[in-house]
Amino acid sequence: MPERLIWDEAHECMSREEMKKLQSEKLVKQVRHVWDNVPYYRKLMEEKGVTPDDIKSVDDISKLPFLSKADLRDAYPYGLLAKPLSECVRIHSTSGTTGKRVVAFYTQNDVDMWEECTARAITAAGGTKEDVLQVAYGYGLFTGGMGIHGGSHKVGCLTLPMSSGSTERQIQFMQDLGSTILCCTPSYAAYIGETVAEMGIKPEELKLKAGIFGAEPWTEEMRQEIERMLGIKAYDIYGLTESSGPGVAFECCEQNGMHINEDHFLAEIIDPDTGEPLPEGTKGELVFTSLDKEAFPLLRYRTRDVCVLSREKCSCGRTLIKMAKPMGRTDDMLIIKGVNVFPSQIETVLLKMSNATPNYQIVVDRVGTTDTFEILVEVSPDMFSDTVKTFEELQKKISSDIQGMLGIRAKIKLVEPKSIPRSEGKAVRVVDKRKLV
Amino acid sequence: MTIYNGKRVIYMTVKQLSVFCENRPGRLSGITRLLADNDINIRAMSIADTKDFGILRLIVNDFEKTLQVFKDNDMAVTSTNVLCIRLADKPGGLADAMECLYKENISVEYMYAAFISETDETAYLVLRVDKLDTAVTALEEGGFKLVSDDELKKL
Ligand SMILES: [Zn+2]
Repeated sequence: MPERLIWDEAHECMSREEMKKLQSEKLVKQVRHVWDNVPYYRKLMEEKGVTPDDIKSVDDISKLPFLSKADLRDAYPYGLLAKPLSECVRIHSTSGTTGKRVVAFYTQNDVDMWEECTARAITAAGGTKEDVLQVAYGYGLFTGGMGIHGGSHKVGCLTLPMSSGSTERQIQFMQDLGSTILCCTPSYAAYIGETVAEMGIKPEELKLKAGIFGAEPWTEEMRQEIERMLGIKAYDIYGLTESSGPGVAFECCEQNGMHINEDHFLAEIIDPDTGEPLPEGTKGELVFTSLDKEAFPLLRYRTRDVCVLSREKCSCGRTLIKMAKPMGRTDDMLIIKGVNVFPSQIETVLLKMSNATPNYQIVVDRVGTTDTFEILVEVSPDMFSDTVKTFEELQKKISSDIQGMLGIRAKIKLVEPKSIPRSEGKAVRVVDKRKLV
Repeated sequence: MTIYNGKRVIYMTVKQLSVFCENRPGRLSGITRLLADNDINIRAMSIADTKDFGILRLIVNDFEKTLQVFKDNDMAVTSTNVLCIRLADKPGGLADAMECLYKENISVEYMYAAFISETDETAYLVLRVDKLDTAVTALEEGGFKLVSDDELKKL
């Protein structure tokens, strides 16, 4: 039997015209469904003077109002529900570390559509019914575990519903049952990789060939590290609870940007300050419209992720639009000396200096009319040396790499471990004193 | 030869702990207080500092315990093998030792004086050199007395 390289060729390789037609038909229907069933969004449309009759194709999308995370909190828990609860079969929820949780509802059709999306991602990573797929994402309210699990069933992989944690047991199963695909967060993949090495197991002793990692930001350096430690190809996957879960977009064999399942999720890039749509290829905030979701159909949902979309031809054969790895979040973005700065960029530079991402803090202030930009970096034992010279060289290296990446100079200050204040266990990344003035 | 040398070198050196510390008021007294509270005796100490940070180098009576204390307190610490020379109680003792190293093309990265014992009036010098094994051989052949970790404990 020939290997199935593309899960849903009809949709994944659709011509641009056909796709646009399909998206337009779905959008018209979806706007009507929301107008009829979600008073919260209907009110937003009325305030903007838009009715479903104004939406005739995807070209009219910018007439619709946005939904933001704040709307989801306002409408908690049932305000954006578009189906009776009796037709819903499941909920998932965001971790809710800041503010109220977001709860998303699913009908059986919604679950099926989502699992089709993750099946596409698994197939793109080389998964077939011959594979043993180990799900080490958490199961539960978090979408990671269940989402991949469902897709894995569709593909027909032997599915190992491990959930996260118990790392030695994960590795034991990996060895005993010959797992070929690992799915978890990239940081957990890195941890599994380290544990494998500590247990004295060589990557070639494992049958793993691929990994699908998502649900948190990771860098290209981290990808290479995970690939080396586990002897696999590591693929990125993107998604958010608000729009279903992982599988909204996924990487193919090119490992260069993620194909968006645009027959289900219409993507736009907007200017985060003005809300104006930006042309393809421009960096801006990613906005999604769910074209098929029945229970929780978000229209023009602002993800706050900043990225670039590209329609360049992909060697894998898919015509689905690609999104670059998000380079940060709009709410993390700082403007220092007129330059956009994301904490993730600082992280990329620091990751090159140490095995683990060092804790750091960006301190921005204003003296007169000039911004000051300082980065505190916690010294970790693995970057430690016994001579002052080495530390001074480290300081210089960080400083010149930051300048190379951002075009502006930062003052680097090395500080003692655990000296940067923590909030909920995480180091406080940004202190912007300009806002206090 | 190399293996022999390796063993010999480790035997003839002492273990030094280096701790990264920020230049802020009270930091040094905090660290020395921490050691005192854990009954650790400082045998030699030096600080290399810049405007923002410093490296505190220490030779103590109980290396393992001190290392653990620093780790438990989340401090960035590393250990280095250094030389500890007992200097002759005569003029030019230090100059002779330096000359001995200079002849072998060994560079001294840093050095500082150690006060190892209250009763012993001999001067001790802690040295970090770039070529540890060559330095041990050169100094021993030059008739200098190197103190080992074991000896240090007994002093
Ligand atoms: Zn592709």
